[in-house]
Amino acid sequence: MLKTFPKGGVHPHENKLTSSKAIKKLPIPKFVYVPVSQHIGIPSTIVVERKEKVEIGQVIAKSGGYVSSNIHSPVAGTVTKLDKIIDSSGYKKQCIVIRTDAKNSSNYKEVEFPLKEKIELSPGEILQQITDCGIVGLGGATFPSHVKLIIKEDKKIDYLIINGVECEPYLTADHRLMLEKANEIIVGIKILMSALHVKKVVIGIENNKKDAVAVFKKLLDKKDGIQIAALRVKYPQGSEKQLIKAILKREVPKNGLPLDVGVIVHNVGTVFAIYEAVQYNKPLVERVVTVTGKKLKNPSNYWVKIGTPVKDLIAEVGGLPEGTRKIVNGGPMMGVAIKNTDIPVTKGTSGILVISEEEASRKRVENCIRCGECVFVCPMGLEPFLLMNLSEKGHYDRASIEDITTCIECGSCSYVCPSNRPLLDYIRFGKNIVKKLETVKN
Amino acid sequence: MITESVLYSVLLLTLLGGTAAAILYFVSKKFYVYENPLIAEVEDILPAANCAGCGSPGCKAFAEKLVNTEDISDLFCPVGGNDVMKLVAELLGKEVAEKDPTVAVMRCQGSCDVRPKTTEYQGPKSCAISAMIYSGETDCQYGCLGDGDCVIACKFDAMYMDKNTGLPVIITDKCTSCGACVEACPRDIIEMRPKNKRDLKIFVSCMNEDKGGIAKRACEVACIGCSKCDDICPKDAITMVNNLAYIDPVLCTLCRKCVPVCPTHSIIETNFPPPKVKNKKKVKENVKPLKSKSDA
Amino acid sequence: MSIPSIIISASPHVHSDRTSKKIMYDVVIALIPAFLVSLYVFGIGALIITSVAVISCLLFEYLIQKYLLKTSATISDGSALITGILLGFNLPSSLPIWMIIVGSLVAIGIAKLSFGGLGFNIFNPALVGRVFLLISFPVQMTMWPTPLDNQTSISDAVTGATPLGIIKEGLMFGDTMTKISTKIPSIIEMLLGVTGGSLGEMSALALIFGGLFLIVRKVISWHIPVVMITTMILITGIFWMIDPQQYANPLIHILSGGAILGAFFMATDLVTSPMSKKGMVIFAIGIGLITVVIRLFGSYPEGVSFAIIIMNAFVPLINSYFKPRRFGNKIRSKIM
Repeated sequence: MLKTFPKGGVHPHENKLTSSKAIKKLPIPKFVYVPVSQHIGIPSTIVVERKEKVEIGQVIAKSGGYVSSNIHSPVAGTVTKLDKIIDSSGYKKQCIVIRTDAKNSSNYKEVEFPLKEKIELSPGEILQQITDCGIVGLGGATFPSHVKLIIKEDKKIDYLIINGVECEPYLTADHRLMLEKANEIIVGIKILMSALHVKKVVIGIENNKKDAVAVFKKLLDKKDGIQIAALRVKYPQGSEKQLIKAILKREVPKNGLPLDVGVIVHNVGTVFAIYEAVQYNKPLVERVVTVTGKKLKNPSNYWVKIGTPVKDLIAEVGGLPEGTRKIVNGGPMMGVAIKNTDIPVTKGTSGILVISEEEASRKRVENCIRCGECVFVCPMGLEPFLLMNLSEKGHYDRASIEDITTCIECGSCSYVCPSNRPLLDYIRFGKNIVKKLETVKN
Repeated sequence: MITESVLYSVLLLTLLGGTAAAILYFVSKKFYVYENPLIAEVEDILPAANCAGCGSPGCKAFAEKLVNTEDISDLFCPVGGNDVMKLVAELLGKEVAEKDPTVAVMRCQGSCDVRPKTTEYQGPKSCAISAMIYSGETDCQYGCLGDGDCVIACKFDAMYMDKNTGLPVIITDKCTSCGACVEACPRDIIEMRPKNKRDLKIFVSCMNEDKGGIAKRACEVACIGCSKCDDICPKDAITMVNNLAYIDPVLCTLCRKCVPVCPTHSIIETNFPPPKVKNKKKVKENVKPLKSKSDA
Repeated sequence: MSIPSIIISASPHVHSDRTSKKIMYDVVIALIPAFLVSLYVFGIGALIITSVAVISCLLFEYLIQKYLLKTSATISDGSALITGILLGFNLPSSLPIWMIIVGSLVAIGIAKLSFGGLGFNIFNPALVGRVFLLISFPVQMTMWPTPLDNQTSISDAVTGATPLGIIKEGLMFGDTMTKISTKIPSIIEMLLGVTGGSLGEMSALALIFGGLFLIVRKVISWHIPVVMITTMILITGIFWMIDPQQYANPLIHILSGGAILGAFFMATDLVTSPMSKKGMVIFAIGIGLITVVIRLFGSYPEGVSFAIIIMNAFVPLINSYFKPRRFGNKIRSKIM
């Protein structure tokens, strides 16, 4: 019996069109637009000026505080402007624009990093290295990873969980990374085990990636302390609370963190970035992005430099197909629809999805027929129809009592509603207002 | 037989009714709550709009506040205005401040013809929600979203959505300056400006903080931050902040020198008589964009 | 002005295939076997009753929505169609046509649209229509034509009573159950559909097929039908075991009257039933209990319609009591 989380969840069509496409390198873009806020927390402070020449991996923005991250230049070139550019949210945010120097060979050199298994740094040095290299959670949340490694005295960790689930339809970035860089990921896990003083690790992989499960099973040894858990395919298995419940049967308490049940969760992409950072001092300047969509000519997976405009990726896969109506940064369940293709790829971009009319357009909203589907599928045990009603009418006190702030915004409720009601839109809105009101109260 | 049963029914019901009446009477006496009779009198003077423009959740609550607070000089009912506050002051024997009348003003002219749509929004028709999701259907992230939260908020029927321009229109005669629309707009586009006798107003009808070229590409009548109005203003009433001009209503003397120099016609003047001198363009209150672009 | 090509909306950007239209039409399909049986038993009368009920429900919904409420008409969503069919199934096939029309008006106008339309009604509209007709026109509503061998003639019939009616009358006159059982159809006959009653009370087998179809298609869940029927069997079984001469055998109770129709199609109506599984169980127990009480101790021979309507009134309370457990909370959330 494959494990999974017991409450809620939906089964959207997987559409993993690119799961057999090996990761290719995207040609270096002519310009990169690097936002200074690509992570949760305080935006970074710019430390370069206009017309300054920068090298690959040079720090161009320093961490703005404890919960923040360094940002490094993805290319060797010249800083042309420090301007406000539209990002995925549609609003203009501060960016550093760098023109790639076509004559600088470091931009085009294919660097090979052979597998390095020996871990030479101490736990403290590992932490420092992860902090300096600007590693953030690459699963999409972009939480600065070094903050997760600093554990307070009173909390004990006994398990490290590696999230290789990739439950979102269409995305295959993590899958390909696991197939192609399994050894490196294992070394990365050992680095984390050393830094966290943890002896037990479980890698969670959904059962639609049987080849990845097989690869890891072959490479792992019992004495490493690392196990594989093949999980039943269900969305949102990759959400950390649901993943911990599925693998270890522990429930993170309401408004709590995985730390409260003795677990830390990291995405496989983050683990690979940590491996490169610790073993080769390579900062986070590129990541795997899946470019996919049913009507694209050659959907595929690419290593993309941070700051590459989306139009470069679209051009590489054969251009925007006729009848494209939506371009999504991320997966179809939680991704953000973007306004145009000038928007840059950031540390949190796991995929670019191109959707055409039939799937894109929202249908007419009808009355709630009280079928209860939204309640059955909510993985957090909430009642979306009620929360939407309360947010619409402005009853924020009652919404707070009904635990609206624990919503993980997975989108399962809107996905199943037979009346096409915009449940998640209103719940997000209500959640924001309740959070604001709660901070005002405190 | 029949009269007996009728008699018994009538007696029983009378008895029941009498008992119920007695119980209600005793309960109303025992649980009587004393309320200062002044509160009811003040409430009668107030306009009974229950719009929360005063800051209290209704006219009764505001009446209680007025009676129970010592110093009411900073309490004001915007709907009733100075007349009502004077009456309240007389009744309670306290001092009130006189405030100049204000009116709500809509500071965006970005209608469909001058501010083209570059994306289509699908989702709930509410400005608060769409502002949270993304920056709007056009390239101006500061302008009116057109979903009508302000129109819904107005309880005095003083606003409506113009279908041709996609912008809300404020009917200044009906506006009681309660402030509900100002609260409702997620982008602070509506502002309270002073209202004088002939309702003459001059204001910058734009919120765009982008640099000139970008602003102009998004909307033809945007403020591009060129500062020409600031240079020409004789009273220094115009300030430039973040590429956006702002006319201070207190310092402005309504001389109209700034209106013709604005290259994008971003400054609006309302209810002024037509200029006596040649060729000065005048813009009426319900704004139609000056350049009408033919449809694509 | 041309519509721009790129759409922006909040996530999720995909939607499941489940729509409310599909749900409604699945219910219509599930009712077809029972309808065919009633056509066989009652001939054209069944067709007339059902079509009059359906057409008048659709017409009233269209007229009221378009001209009285001045909103757009939503007759294509299939809910008025189902109300019409279920109302028809609850009526005797000899009911005058004008009464059916009045029943439809009450069902759609009062029980559904005056509460706010689809999703806002508290009581099952078809049942409200039926109960209204039963109370207003008790004579015509209890004249059940006997099923004739001749399929094509409209019943100009001898009026017979339903098995439950026969039982009630017999017990009132002091007959014992063994004597009464000779007058009512056998179990097999009730299962297959040769019995007296309204259109929907004919073939328990056809209705069960329809009900299973709905459960397999995930339109309804098994909780309400199974628990309701089990409760009825248990309670009537207890009484039957105490005195088999005064109380009918549980199988007769299940297979006659509107028990199966009510269990699978009326009580499970999405709008008027609870939204949590535990709530559904309590709801079903309540319906079973009240039905049996009315049947055994009340003056009406049949109690399913009243029982469902009474429990519909409790559904908001059930919903607010049986909230799902929040993830991370050890106990079930408090009552609101």
